[in-house]
Amino acid sequence: MITKRIIPCLDVCNSRVVKGTNFTNLRDVDSPVELAEYYSSSGADELVFYDITASSDERKIFTEILTETAKNVFIPLTVGGGINTVSDFERVLNCGADKVSVNSGAIRNPDLVGEAAKLYGDQCVVLSVDIKRVGGEFRVFAKGGREDTGIEAVEWIKRCVGNGAGEVVVNSVDTDGVKGGFDIEMLSAVCNAVSVPVIASGGAGCIEHFIELFKALPRVDAGLAASIFHYGEVKIADLKNEMKKNGIAVRI
Amino acid sequence: MICIVDYGVGNLFSLKSSFLKIGYEVKVTSDREEIEAAKRIILPGVGAFADAQKKLFSSGLGGVIAKEAEKGTPILGICLGMQLLFERSHEYGLHRGLGLIPGEICPISDVISPDLKIPHMGWNALCFGSEKHPLFKYLTEGDHVYFVHSYFAKTDEKNIIAKAEYSYPLTAAVANNNVMGCQFHPEKSGEAGLKILKAFCEGI
Repeated sequence: MITKRIIPCLDVCNSRVVKGTNFTNLRDVDSPVELAEYYSSSGADELVFYDITASSDERKIFTEILTETAKNVFIPLTVGGGINTVSDFERVLNCGADKVSVNSGAIRNPDLVGEAAKLYGDQCVVLSVDIKRVGGEFRVFAKGGREDTGIEAVEWIKRCVGNGAGEVVVNSVDTDGVKGGFDIEMLSAVCNAVSVPVIASGGAGCIEHFIELFKALPRVDAGLAASIFHYGEVKIADLKNEMKKNGIAVRI
Repeated sequence: MICIVDYGVGNLFSLKSSFLKIGYEVKVTSDREEIEAAKRIILPGVGAFADAQKKLFSSGLGGVIAKEAEKGTPILGICLGMQLLFERSHEYGLHRGLGLIPGEICPISDVISPDLKIPHMGWNALCFGSEKHPLFKYLTEGDHVYFVHSYFAKTDEKNIIAKAEYSYPLTAAVANNNVMGCQFHPEKSGEAGLKILKAFCEGI
């Protein structure tokens, strides 16, 4: 059977991984190239590269770094951040990305998901959504989780999947950074609404949170996290061994 | 020289990088003479069967590959490239393939349990059956590889060299003498995938 995927996410700015890392066995701990290679060879099932640069000059550096990284990464590589047009898809795909994650770009231009899916296939288009509870409903937030768009999240996800999004990353703004566990309630609402793979993001603080996630929601396909992997608080090998012990299908 | 056939379908970046990683020079080409001179041929492909088939045949490269297959040149089809090796596909209509391996491409929705997701996407374990094909000489039964597909090859058991369980034993890899194919992406399957490409390069 298909295994549950463990996905480290790297925020990249000016050719460095931000949030810092805590690996002592890497020559350059903030180098996206080295970190990606390390993850690729130490059990990560997929990598997400998130471009958090703002200017076009910096974006050029990002694509150079992406190309360098992709040359040595032989697991699926998803790229997100600053994806607003079909030509942004083209740009990162040409640098070796396998999938492209779109968030605010889809809110600004709701046709983007459909256009990209037609050109590159559904499997290439990953919808990423920042969701926060507002007055008893799940709302889509923009600008890195800072701005309420007023859009109801589950309806938004259903609409984008209908247009061709092949995968959904659900990032709970409510649990993000708290390290108290994934947002099971929110993820459950999304899993019940769509049949494409759902990736859980936001809230992982320890190995048990992943076990809890996959046991509570067998329909969740993957768990994504950043700093707990970068700081070595959770080692992917340990996490996967624990998942296996708990009867969760993993690739070891 | 190993040639990756470039017929305008899909991104060949990772595939090319994989061969460089294992120390083999590759040429990404649509040139007929280069393909004819190649010691080994890779037929890649992502997307829809009909579109890829049209591009492959209209460029004349379909004929070149068929002729090379007949000559005995080792050919490895990857993902949609593997599907193109078969006689026909039922993806959105009925479309003719290269016919180098008997069989046809059918929707996985016909055979899998209805509560499973389509596409069959992610890492799944390979089952080799009683005999391990030389393509897998560096692999162990149960090694995981990366799949993304909604259609699968229906063919005689003797052509199937690996399967992947998805409530149904889906065809994961095939071989008919010098013509081979992987439904999964070896270039995205970590160490296991690189080992398969290495075995192919070393000679089957």
